[in-house]
Amino acid sequence: MHVPDGFINAPVSAATAVVAAGAIAVSLRGARRELGSERAAPLAGLVAAFVFAVQMLNFPVAGGTSGHLLGGALAAILVGPYTGVLCVSVVLLMQAILFADGGLTALGVNITCMAIVTTVVAYVLFRGLVKVLPRTRRSVTAASFVAALVSVPASAIAFTLIYAIGGTADVSIGRVATAMVGVHLLIGLGEAVITALTVGAVLAVRPDLVYGARGLEQRLKLRVNGELVDAPDTGPVPVPAAARSRRTVWIAGLMTSLVLAGFVSFYASADPDGLERVAADHGIAERAEEHAAADSPLADYGVKDVEGARLSGGLAGVIGVGLTVVAGTGVFWVVRRRRSGETSDAAPPVNKPSDPDTDTAPPANKHAGADTDV
Amino acid sequence: MGSGHVHRLYRHAHSPVHALPPHTKLAAVLAFVVVVVSTPREAMWAFGAYAVLLGLVAYAARVPAGFLLGRLLIEVPFVAFAVLMPFVAEGERVEVLGLSLSVNGLWGAWNVLAKGTLGVAASVLLAATTELRELLLGLQRLRLPPLLVQIASFMIRYGDVITDEMRRMRIARESRGFEARGLRHWGVLAKSAGALFIRSYERGERVHLAMLSRGYAGSMPVIDEVTVSRAQWSYALALPSAALVVCVLGWVL
Repeated sequence: MHVPDGFINAPVSAATAVVAAGAIAVSLRGARRELGSERAAPLAGLVAAFVFAVQMLNFPVAGGTSGHLLGGALAAILVGPYTGVLCVSVVLLMQAILFADGGLTALGVNITCMAIVTTVVAYVLFRGLVKVLPRTRRSVTAASFVAALVSVPASAIAFTLIYAIGGTADVSIGRVATAMVGVHLLIGLGEAVITALTVGAVLAVRPDLVYGARGLEQRLKLRVNGELVDAPDTGPVPVPAAARSRRTVWIAGLMTSLVLAGFVSFYASADPDGLERVAADHGIAERAEEHAAADSPLADYGVKDVEGARLSGGLAGVIGVGLTVVAGTGVFWVVRRRRSGETSDAAPPVNKPSDPDTDTAPPANKHAGADTDV
Repeated sequence: MGSGHVHRLYRHAHSPVHALPPHTKLAAVLAFVVVVVSTPREAMWAFGAYAVLLGLVAYAARVPAGFLLGRLLIEVPFVAFAVLMPFVAEGERVEVLGLSLSVNGLWGAWNVLAKGTLGVAASVLLAATTELRELLLGLQRLRLPPLLVQIASFMIRYGDVITDEMRRMRIARESRGFEARGLRHWGVLAKSAGALFIRSYERGERVHLAMLSRGYAGSMPVIDEVTVSRAQWSYALALPSAALVVCVLGWVL
């Protein structure tokens, strides 16, 4: 659903436009790295065309209704987060200019919610899960399911936050939050199923094309005198250990904060608060339809009034972490850019002592090499 | 460009608005929408004035009213939302035809409806009078990053190709007796989406190679450099300037 003009006031629209422009500038550089500087334009363009087309692919639900893919999580997993942000942003830009779908002044809001938040949340979750789960294709599919499932309500929460700051209508935040998150949990469920199935389908045919599954390929084994030995490594030289250890620390910290923000706050907000009360005393009328539309899945996710408020609290924490990570990474990246001008390729000695994981499997090296020269 | 590269919102004609350089039109529409959004919602007459201004532009561009009104239908989902707003908003209530409505909600609904409709109408006018290729050139001249413009132009150029590919896959599915009726068929559709992704990506690789063999080195050549006269700028910016006057009056009065 695209936000039209006049829904968010002018200053906040301008602020989100600045956020969107910054994120796109970062993604333009990132996409050059993900795809190769020359290949970036045609490949990202074709992937954007794919996202545009796949949004028209209707998935019938039941009784004549159907849904379609939003594509943020899918793009992030298939082609990488930077290219994903770019592709979805370009699709939104063209929809606003060509098809008048979504307002021109609301473009910043639309890009922030639908391109940046979905893609970043989905990719961070996906990466974390792939790190934790066993290194198989099935876990890639499972990780993309979870990533897509969370990314859609995350986008709804981001919209609610923007609305809370600069909304022009006088509807209480609690109502907007419950309605948005409730509906988008359902949409997210569909998105998750479709994304996981699609990623699985691509993995089965061209696993090398799935950006999120890089580093999962098995080492080539040779049978020498009846014994299996590793084939001599002909791939690129492994990156220095410093990069890897920093990466491990980074992932661990991220997972910890996500767990804290998402699950601990879930229990912390168990006491009834304002949001919960609002949800309780208004929610009957609008939610009745939702309950009718959804049979079993809703029960699992507990989008009853109380649970919805708690879950949204937890999700809001996750989003907060996501946004902080984005901001922090941006600063870190700028600083590193600066510094790398002076010390071109010497690994910082500070990280040397902390590399106890030198025995990580070689594919991880390859993967880290593809990913850590951020 | 040839007739094959015209998008479905474009309406071919020869009018002063069609003849304007694309980036002046883009700048004008953007400025106009910004002005509309920053108008106070209490100044109802101002929105009427904006509508009249857009009507004048549509008349100058020879865009029929029926065409314009038909394109406004894209807004319908938000109209539904706006209709709900008076019922759920906070604040003091008034009785209208036996219904208890929130005053703030009514204002909010009016705000979203008026500004949203004007924004959509302005975008529709822009799209109706500017060709695709021109729009992209206009974006480039407005200093959008070249890579972004290239991605957008590839998306536009191959959007129809990929959509057609998807259509052919649907026809292939249906000619084999497949009909998607419910959740059980999502697997097949998702496999189609996966295949579509692989085909798109591989097409991108082939396109890149074809471009390399024609001397592509990271940037597209600009073959039609347009110089814009001051008269054209002032003609294009007449719309947002008039809107700005209305907006200032709306704040003052």
